[in-house]
Amino acid sequence: MSERQIQLEVLRYNPETDSEPRYQTYSVPCLNEWVVLDALNYVKDNLDPTLSYRWSCHMAVCGSCGMMINGEPKLACKAFIHEYTDQIRVDPMANFPIERDLVTSVEDFIAKLASVKPYLIPKEDKPISAGEFKQTPAELKKFKQYTLCINCMLCYAACPQYGLVPEFLGPAAISMAHRYNQDSRDGGRDQRQEVIATDTGVWECSFVGACSEVCPKHVDPAGALQQVKVASTIDWYKEHLMPWMKK
Amino acid sequence: MNKPYVRPLSKTSWFLTQPRYKRYMAREVTCLFIFAYTFLLIMGLKRLAEGPDAFNAFVQALGSPLGVLFNLSVLIAAVYHSTTWFNVTPQAMPIQRGEEFVPGKIIIGAHYALWAVVSLIVLILGV
Amino acid sequence: MAKSNKPIFWGLFAAGGTVTAFVTPALALVTLFAAMRFNMDMFTYDAIHAFAANWLGKLVIFGIILLSLWHAAHRTRVTVHDFGVRADGLVAIVVYALAGIGTLLTLVYLLRI
Ligand code: SF4
Ligand code: FES
Repeated sequence: MSERQIQLEVLRYNPETDSEPRYQTYSVPCLNEWVVLDALNYVKDNLDPTLSYRWSCHMAVCGSCGMMINGEPKLACKAFIHEYTDQIRVDPMANFPIERDLVTSVEDFIAKLASVKPYLIPKEDKPISAGEFKQTPAELKKFKQYTLCINCMLCYAACPQYGLVPEFLGPAAISMAHRYNQDSRDGGRDQRQEVIATDTGVWECSFVGACSEVCPKHVDPAGALQQVKVASTIDWYKEHLMPWMKK
Repeated sequence: MNKPYVRPLSKTSWFLTQPRYKRYMAREVTCLFIFAYTFLLIMGLKRLAEGPDAFNAFVQALGSPLGVLFNLSVLIAAVYHSTTWFNVTPQAMPIQRGEEFVPGKIIIGAHYALWAVVSLIVLILGV
Repeated sequence: MAKSNKPIFWGLFAAGGTVTAFVTPALALVTLFAAMRFNMDMFTYDAIHAFAANWLGKLVIFGIILLSLWHAAHRTRVTVHDFGVRADGLVAIVVYALAGIGTLLTLVYLLRI
């Protein structure tokens, strides 16, 4: 177990006393097998109990420890110290307002996620006595990847269009809508299209692709959004050029 | 106390902050070259319609240093556009065969192969 | 919120992006060779005219130019926005008008050949 002295440069912001954030550097004795979250915990336990940040699972499933590590959106519990030099800069997730230190506001994302109806809307009401909704492995595979999203918001921190146009629904919310649209048991696509096939929905996306590059769960939100664009375009042509095709 | 701090983001230079944003902008800017080049082709059509003399003068003008430089930059931009376009095709248009999705590499490879064939045909027709 | 009308242009953008990805590098190579006079027998008036004179050739040329124009126009609109110009409505009119004029001119010239 090798120990390294790491200079951890952390953006601090206290809404009660500060008018703007500033960096504070901590010298942290780190074990090489640590992750950045361990270093933050060391600071909180031994150097500065006022440091605020979110975390819970320490194993990349709860999605709460997202932050910018050397400018890159990362889960702090998945960012290994041995991949970095002795100087590590930690910022709160980009594109989100800072509440305090590394804690950002999540309300905007939660509201957007809820707005796409991220739950099964069955095609028709079926009494329980009629049995389960069956699904083949191929039908499951069609959307499985999108179920892996842990709502960490790293994709929003990576997305310049979200940073520039905060109304943009964003990668994870639209991917989640796509996940349900692709589900053979679901019949809610028309309702979700009203929300996502809009100017501030999927059409704000210009396929920068950064979201998919940073996603810790390989959800590939950028791919989902392009598929939504293709499907929405086919819808549009059908609706406007072939009105007789209407349901 | 709730006083969230919003970090400023420059509308005109945000893309300088990360290498992947620069690559994205390079990809987007290829369209300006393709736009200009398409108008050059339209100009060529006009000259073609006007007869051999006009057309030969057009080809002559293409050979000027400026014309060659322009063509060369279009070529580079167009190749960059092609590679960036084909490389993301499996994300936008995945293909599911039975249970599994066709690996992205195969979809990309097929596009590159077709690209080679199409290029060969264009070159044979043009040269 | 109303559904967007961007699909009209995005459809052309996507189709055009695919077509230009396949043909534009080779086309640019051909015109570059012609410009640099590698071979006096290439890119002659007779050969190009023969190609553009039959209706299939016309159709191919029209298809490539139309889709290239609308691809580039739409991406230009997005790119101008990315460079920080927020007058999207005006930019859209200008770039689509350019593409429209280019499309019309192509038709006119093709019919004259
Ligand atoms: S799509 Fe990926 S990056 Fe975005 S919230 Fe979900 S897990 Fe995080
Ligand atoms: S602490 Fe749960 S994802 Fe990092």
